Parts: sequence; C-alpha cells; structure tokens
Amino acid sequence: MSLTLSSPSSLVDLSFQVPTISAIFSVLTLHAGYNAAIVVVGTTLLGVAAGIIGVFALLRERALMADALAHSALPGLGIAFLVGTALGIDGKSLPLLLCGATLFGVLGTVVVQLLSRLRRLHEDAAIGVVLSSFFGLGIVVMSIIQNSGSGEEGGLSHFIYGQTAALQARDAFLTLGAAALTVIASTLLLKEFRLVCFDEEFARSDGWRVSRIDLMMMTLVVIVTVIGLQSVGILLIIALLVVPPAAARFWTERLPVMIGVSAAIGGVSGYVGASLSALFPRFPAGAVIVVVAGVFFFLSFAFAPARGVVALFVRRFLLRTRVTEDHLLRELYERLEQSNGDGDSLLRIGEGSRVVSLPELSTYRGSTPFARWLHRMLLQQKGYLTLTDRSTLLTERGYLAAARKVQNHRLWEEYLLTHADIPASHVDSSADLVEHTLSPEVVEKLKRKLRQRGTAVPESLHPLGSAFEREVP
Amino acid sequence: MIDFLSIDLPPLLAALFAAISCALLGNYLVLRKISLMGDAISHSVLPGVVVAFLLSGSRAGGVMFLGAAIAGILSALLIEGIRRFGKVESGASMGVVFSLFFAVGIIAMEQAAARSVDLDADCLLHGQLESIFWYPPLELSRFFSWSTLALIPSEVVIAFLTMLLTIGFLKLFSKELLLSSFDPELSTSLGFSSTLLYQLLMVVVACAVVASFRIVGSILVISMLISPAASARFYTERMKTQLVMSVFFAAITVFCGYTAGAFGPLLFGYEHSVSIAGMIAVSGGVLLVFSSLLAPQRGVLARKWRQRRLALAVRSDDILALLYRTEEQGGHLSRSKLLAHFFLPKRTAHVLRQLLAEGLIEEHGVQLSLTPSGKARAEQCVRSHRLWESYLVETAAVDRDHVHPMAERLEHFNTEELEGALEQALGELPTKDPHGKEIP
Amino acid sequence: MKLFQHQPELTSLSDRPEHSPESPLSVHSVTVAYHEKPVLWDIEYEAPRHSLIAIVGPNGAGKSTFIKACLDLIPRATGLVEFWGKSYRDQRTRIGYVPQRESVDWDFPISAEEVVCMGRYRKIGWFRPITRSHREKALECLEQVGMESFAKRQINQLSGGQQQRVFLARALAQEAELYFMDEPFAGVDAATERSIVGVLEQLKGEGKTVVVVHHDLSTVPEYFDHVLMLNARVIASGPVREVFTDENLKKTYGGRLSLLEEVGEAIARAGRGVR
Repeated sequence: MSLTLSSPSSLVDLSFQVPTISAIFSVLTLHAGYNAAIVVVGTTLLGVAAGIIGVFALLRERALMADALAHSALPGLGIAFLVGTALGIDGKSLPLLLCGATLFGVLGTVVVQLLSRLRRLHEDAAIGVVLSSFFGLGIVVMSIIQNSGSGEEGGLSHFIYGQTAALQARDAFLTLGAAALTVIASTLLLKEFRLVCFDEEFARSDGWRVSRIDLMMMTLVVIVTVIGLQSVGILLIIALLVVPPAAARFWTERLPVMIGVSAAIGGVSGYVGASLSALFPRFPAGAVIVVVAGVFFFLSFAFAPARGVVALFVRRFLLRTRVTEDHLLRELYERLEQSNGDGDSLLRIGEGSRVVSLPELSTYRGSTPFARWLHRMLLQQKGYLTLTDRSTLLTERGYLAAARKVQNHRLWEEYLLTHADIPASHVDSSADLVEHTLSPEVVEKLKRKLRQRGTAVPESLHPLGSAFEREVP
Repeated sequence: MIDFLSIDLPPLLAALFAAISCALLGNYLVLRKISLMGDAISHSVLPGVVVAFLLSGSRAGGVMFLGAAIAGILSALLIEGIRRFGKVESGASMGVVFSLFFAVGIIAMEQAAARSVDLDADCLLHGQLESIFWYPPLELSRFFSWSTLALIPSEVVIAFLTMLLTIGFLKLFSKELLLSSFDPELSTSLGFSSTLLYQLLMVVVACAVVASFRIVGSILVISMLISPAASARFYTERMKTQLVMSVFFAAITVFCGYTAGAFGPLLFGYEHSVSIAGMIAVSGGVLLVFSSLLAPQRGVLARKWRQRRLALAVRSDDILALLYRTEEQGGHLSRSKLLAHFFLPKRTAHVLRQLLAEGLIEEHGVQLSLTPSGKARAEQCVRSHRLWESYLVETAAVDRDHVHPMAERLEHFNTEELEGALEQALGELPTKDPHGKEIP
Repeated sequence: MKLFQHQPELTSLSDRPEHSPESPLSVHSVTVAYHEKPVLWDIEYEAPRHSLIAIVGPNGAGKSTFIKACLDLIPRATGLVEFWGKSYRDQRTRIGYVPQRESVDWDFPISAEEVVCMGRYRKIGWFRPITRSHREKALECLEQVGMESFAKRQINQLSGGQQQRVFLARALAQEAELYFMDEPFAGVDAATERSIVGVLEQLKGEGKTVVVVHHDLSTVPEYFDHVLMLNARVIASGPVREVFTDENLKKTYGGRLSLLEEVGEAIARAGRGVR
C-alpha cells in the first residue's frame, strides 16, 4: 500500500470536529435536509430487512454463502456497466447494474454449491475460492473500465466500500420495497423456514420441497444483499446479515422474538450509523453501520442475561461457590462426627488446644485467601458460622444445614452403591458430582427409593479419612 | 531484456514468493476445513496495519507487520472465543469478527486520509504489484554487488523472507502439523497441544497474509491461500505430493495471471494492461474448476468415463453369461431376443458389436453363439456368479430365492484374490449352486 | 450405481404375485450405496399390517439407512418401495417419521410445543399460519407422552429423554398410519422408555403399524411382535416368536461378512476409481 507522509505530527492529533447538538438533533430527526433524511431512512430499512432474513441465513448456516454472493457481484456490476455503455444505454443506470450484480452473485453461489457437491472440498474452501476469484475478476473488469479512459469507474468503486451519500429517493423506495417484501415473505414463510432450519430431514420426510424453501430463502438474501451493495458495499454487507442475528440470539430462545430483536438491532445500527456518518466527516457510512452493529453484538455477547458470557461466568462462579460451601459444611460435620460431637445448640470445632481454623480444612487446600474469606463471609451471612478470633463456631442452623448435606451425600452414595453398581471406593466422588445439583423433589424420591424417611443422617459407607483428601473440583 | 528485468521480473518474483508461502499454508487450512480462517485473517489485518501506522507514524515495514500480525492473531482468538462461549456457529462468528475488524480498518484508514496521509483504499484491494520496480545495473559484473542488492524492492525481499519462514516452520513442525490436522485429540494426548499448533499456524498465516497483501491486496490473497491447495486435492491423497503440487500450482497461477494481465490485453489490440493481481486470483479459480473437471482420477469427467466403461464391462459380462446359460440348456439366442432381454438396447447393441469384433461371439444367420474363447470368459463369469450364490446362501444366510439378483451384482467384481477368498470361505468347493446348477 | 440396472426399473409392484397391496410397506430389491459403496444389498421385505416391528442388527448394519431409503431421504441405487401399493409420494400424508435425536441442533431457538406443531405443518400447508386448533392438537400429543408441562420449555433445557419424547409427540401430531422411528430408545431414561412403549401399544391398538430401529435385544420380545433382522442384507423377518431365535441372532451379529465387505469396497473403488 502506498503511503506518503506529509506531517507525522498530525497523526497523533485524534480530535474530531464535534458537531453541535442541534446538528445532531436535526440529523436524528430527519430534519437535516432531504438527502440526509433519505440516507438515514434507507439504511434503517436495509438494516431491518437484513436483520430479518439474516436470522434464517444464520440458523441455516448459510451466513458465509452471502459473503460469497456479495463478492461475486463485483464483476457483474462492471460487466453490466461495460455492456450498458457498449449498447449506448447509461452504464450507470441502477437497475442495469443491479441486474448484473444479481446475475453474477447467483452464479457465484451456484459454483460454490457445485464445487462442494464433489465431496473433495469442504464448502468453506469452495466459498473462499469463489469469493476471491470472482472478486479478482471484478478487479480486472474495473481496471479495464478505468483504462478505457472514460473516468467513470468512480461510480462503480462506490459499490465496494459503499457510498450512502449517493443514495437517492428512488433507492430509498427500492430499499423500502425490499424491506416490505422481506417482512411479508418472512411472516408468510415463518413456519416453512423454521422447519427447514431446525430439521431438514423431517421436513423432507414430511413431503416439503426443501430445495424450494431454500430457494425462497436465498432469493430474499440475494435481494437484500444486492440492494445493500450501494450503501454498505460489497465488503461489508455480510456484516448486516450476520451481526444483528448473532447478537439477537444472545437475548432470546424464541424465534419470533429473535427476528424482532435482530430487525431492531439492524434498524438501529443503520439509523445510528448513517446519522453518525452524516455528522462526522470521513466516517464512511457502511463501516460505521457495521461498527455500531458490532457494538450491539459485543454488548449482547457480554451482558445478555440468558446466554451472555458475564451471566455464564456468574452462574459458573455461583455453582463453584455452592459446591465449595457444601464440601465445607460436610467436612465440618464429619469432623464433629469423628470427635463424637453432640448436637448441642452451639458446637465448637476444635475445642481446647485442637483449634481447627477454616484454612486448614482439606476443602480449602490450594484455595486463595480471597476465596477463603469470601466463603467465610457467605457462611456467616447465612448464619451458619460465627467467628471468634481463635476458632470457628458452627451455629445450630449451620449444624442442621451440614447434616442435610451429609445426608444427601450419603443417600447418593448408597443409591449408587446399591442401584448403579458403582464400587464403594468410587461412590464418594461420584456422589460429589451429582449431589450439588439436586432439587428437593429428587432427594425425596431418592429417600423413597431407599425406604429411608425422616432426617436421620445415615452412617458413612466408607472410612471418613478419604473425605479429607477430597479436592475442590 | 532490461525492461523485463526492471518491470516484469520484480513483481513476478514478489508474487511468486508470496504465492508459494500462501499455497503451502493453504494446504493445512483446506485439510483442517478452516479455509475461511485465511479469509478472516486477511480481512482483519487491515485495522492492524492502519492503526499501527497511525500510532507509530512510521511506515516502516516492521511496525506495520507487527500491527497486522497482532490484529490477525487477535481476530483468530476472538473468533474462537465467540464460538465457544457464545455458542455461535463458527461461520457466523468468523463473519462477525472479520467484518467488524474490516469496518474498523476502513474507518481508521479514512481518518488517516483526513490527516493528509495518502492511504489509498484501492491499493488495499489490488495491492501494488504494478509499481514494483528494480533498476538493474547495466553491466553484468555489477549484479552481485551490495549496492545492487540494496536496490531490490522491499516487497520482493519481504516476500522472500516470508517464504523462507513458512518453509522453515512447515519443515520444523511437519509431523506435528500433520498429526494435529488429522487427529487433534491424539495429537494433544501425545503432548503436541493442537490448540497451540493451531495458534502457531495462525501466526504464520497472518505473516504470509501481511507479506502478500501488500502485493496483491487483501481479498485476492484468499485465492492465493486456498486455490492451489484446493486444486491439489483433486490429484493426490498424499500430504507430501499435495504440498509439492500446491507450490507448482501457485507458480502456474502467478505466471498465467501475470501473462494474462500484463500481455493478454495487447493480444486483443488493447493498449493497457489489466489488473494483474485480479488476474492471478481469476487464474486460481479457473485452475480449481479445471482440476475438478479434468483431474485424471478424481475429476468429474474421469469419473463419468470410468462409470461408463464399467457399465459396458458389466453389460458384456451379462451378455456372455446369458449366452452361456442359454447354451447350457441347449437353447439358442437370436440377436433380437438378446436385445430385448436388457435395459437400454443401444448400449447392448454397442457392446455386442464389440464382442463380435473381439471374436468372443459368432453370428450364424440370426443365431448368436459363443466362440471357445468367449466360452472361457463366460465360464469365468458364471462360475463367479454361482460361487457367490453358494456363499450367500451358506455363509451370509441370504434366502435362496433372493440370491440370484444379488450375485448378479457381485459377479463383476471378482478379482483373483477375492475369488480365492471365496473358495476358501466355502471350504470344500461345491459343484452345484443353490439352484442345483453346475458350477463351471 | 446405474450400472446395476439390467432391466427396466419396475414402476409398480402390483404385477408381482407375492405382493399384497394391503401391506403398509413393501420393499423390493432395494440396494443402497454410500459414496458408491453398497451398504444395503437387495433388501426384500413386506411389513405386516397392525404390528410393531423392530429392526435389529449390529452397528453399521444399515438399519437407519434402510428407513431413510424407504422415505426417499437418500437415493436408492436400485429397487422399489411401496406403501399400501402406491409410491411414497402418493402416501406421504399417511406416514410419520421420528429421526434420530442427534440429527438436529438442540440449541435451536424453539419451544417443545413449536417442535410438535411441525407435525401439523403438512396439514396446514404453504403460507398459512398455525392456528389454535393445531396448537391444541400439539398439546394433546405432548400430553400423550407425558410432556404437557414442558410445552413452553426451550428444547435445549430438556433432558435427552424429554427431547426424544418431543420428537415422538411430533410424529403423533402427524396422525399417520405408518410410523418409522430411528432409535427412539437410544440413551433415554426409564420414564421415557415407559412412555414410548405406552405410545407404541396405543398406536398398535389404533390399528397402526410402527417400524422401529432398536438396539436393545433384551426388550425385543417384550415390546414388539415382528422383527426384521438386518446386516447389510435381510437375515430373517417375521413374528418375533418364530424368527427371533439364537440361531438367527448369531447370523445377524456373527461379525461382518468380510467377503461382502471386500466386494463392496471393490465396487466403490471401481466407481470412484481411486488407487
């Protein structure tokens, strides 16, 4: 890449020209002139349409096919231009260009399908080759146009990175039409699309023409892609089809909701992206739209309640805490049991000179001081422990809780020993695996199964010493 | 000559070196079914280059290289993280990450341009192959002096070094890479962590992509990565051969692409050359299509031809066997009866003509009969058929009524080995088949 | 595999004397090849009416392949399959299918009820939305498998057995007369197993026919009344009491037939032309 450098000092100057509040307001409310309004409306609609059909493309695992489609459209644009010019029509007429783009885009996807049907190549290799070769052909055609001296290829290269500024009223109407078509078709075909996305084999056995449903789906993808070429560009249109649905997936487990969320994210990205691009100089709309959608994606990825990573880590952490807590209580109980502790209201662990402080417990071996502190705090919070400066005291409540845990554990051990044929030497660790996730109903069932009622704690089935060597999972 | 040395040779060499490193690495991408990681990395490299440039203010190769490599690795990690923790299908997580990186790159580039830095967006797409020049010395004796070597364009040098790096990496890790591509779990259990190898591979791919995208542009480099390896898949099953072929194909695509781009248009009386990088990518695609159609054994045409030949062989066996059985029962067969017996009479007529020409069948008036040599062939066939019938009934527990059509299928594939095994499986050789007919 | 067509393909089985048009499923001379290697050889089978039929055989014997070939899900190299004397295409509405549980992505954003509704899609037809009556039918089917309280549950929150029951309910919603079930008992809990058996009994009581790929030999006599023993070819078929014998089992499970394997490879090689 050719870089010529005028003054290095300007590079570190990262300040922007901050637009005034009123300018922001007028763009966002579509009052910044007819053209700006059209750009914003057009890209918003495009975002909605791509967000909807993208959901199905994603669930059908055809997302990258759309990328191949978009890249393959480039030679179509160039050839349509050349043919148009040769025939004396305006080479830049949009319908002509879009026809060329559609033709080559579809041709590209057909080649991908044919190549991957040969079984020597995985589909993604076919996609990669088709995508880059067709794009290469496009570059060649563009260089021919450039060299022909008409100087008109400038209009075409907008299609690569997208150029929202070039949007006109008819383009907005075209986008509106495409968006409306996508919404209507997706509503009518929701059930069919859902069927093939979820269980293609069943669909075929039930007599549905899967290829026909796929064809309709791909047609919508093609329409949205081609319409989006002008504003978002060949290189980035894939993002509008993939990013909003992928983001929406984090929020919901229901398809209609997912479609709605995806459409909303797509629409808002289009709206915000186009507005930002209008407000700041040299922020190409296509890229800004994608970045806004990307922000939505990463927010969803991190913070969505059901499937986000933060929620995932919190859940994992809570489970770990509960497991350690269970182990801790059980170990305390078992120590008491061994030292013939009785069920007094307040039990002392490590009486007299034999002070057992929590960090010495085997459950705690290898854990960090912070984890020890945290667990102690949590157990204290629940009223299971009271801490004096020299020893740790188990309260009545704590004792009962511990008894319950031990009962649980031993019931499982017994069940596994008698019903699941797991050897005695292994029941302890096997019971460890299951006991923490038990619901009260299951424990009740277990008791019935083992004809054991009440809250009595059964005897341990194995020497307790082994329990102290237990590691924190 | 001087023209060639200064105008054509440097870009050719640069493209060749770049194509070779890409093609070698591409083999592993294709075999691991992660071809699109190459795509993702080449898209992601853009922000790395631009941001490194914006931050450092220098266009030194090293800094930009570092930025690109970091971006490439970051994107690989991010794709994996999103796939694993977000449960997003891998294609989609690639799409999300690389398009986002690319978008950031475009914005950063525009911003750089705003600061009166000439970062040309188009160069990103077609590279700058055409602008690689070398001024060779006029006398031969000065060719190998330091001052001449220092004038070699940096693109050529970097591409060459990357090629050495790639070859070195692949040599060093050849068995580990092969193992982890084929069986990642075994590889990890043997102590070659497949994730580590994967990351290493991605680093080297990122390096190769960075070195090449200055030459052919960021989209077209994908073709260099995948096409040669994908084409080689149609010729061989062996890794070594595959690697060698991919290098060979890389060279072919570069030469064809260069010739077509630089000189092709002149042949049509067109005075300008067209984008060479584009042509290299196109020739990669054309190569793959050609290979898939014409490769000697795995190509589509070869397969079709083989199937046809096989069908003819089967039909000729069937005709001979039919004649044999008819004659065995003392009957005769006319041409028209024979044709009516089989599906696709045209094929039967064709095969019959061949058999007559080979002297396996004679025609007396309208009656067809086997010649002695034809009889021997037919015996072979009928024997194979009846042996299979016996085997199916005795060993495979197939119902007596159903063995005939099944044996009809199997009889054509008896090799000597298989026949020996068949005889062995039957123990004492039966003289009659399950229908009570004699085994010749 | 076209090369095996010696004679014009049969278009109907009606002219075959041993064929009875009342049989819900008749399979004639079906050969199936994967990647040009035959995995099923000349299958000949006629299913009796109103019965529960188990298909048994070792791993890789082609049990699932057999079902899929019947349902036109994979191409047959040769042969013909008829349902009540007509082609699959004509009788599609009378046939239900329970695929293997592993065949779908259970992380899909869909609820149990919506999955079961899929069984009604054929009856609803193109473009029309799912109406309340269909939803009620779906709920009814879920109830039959004891899953009504999980109707709104996301499928990825269900246990393996529950997922299997959802699939079963979907097939019930198809209201078919002949059912194909691919390994419905694989890896399910006891409650699910009981529920599936209950459904099978009920279907039989309604005069329907069910063909089940089954892997647990010990329960075959208890659950089924007919059996088809398969190992790349039909070993035996008929009432459980008659054909489910030690001898036949030994034939079915007595290892692979190395020669059949070998010639299969030879055919595949000839077709593929590799090496």
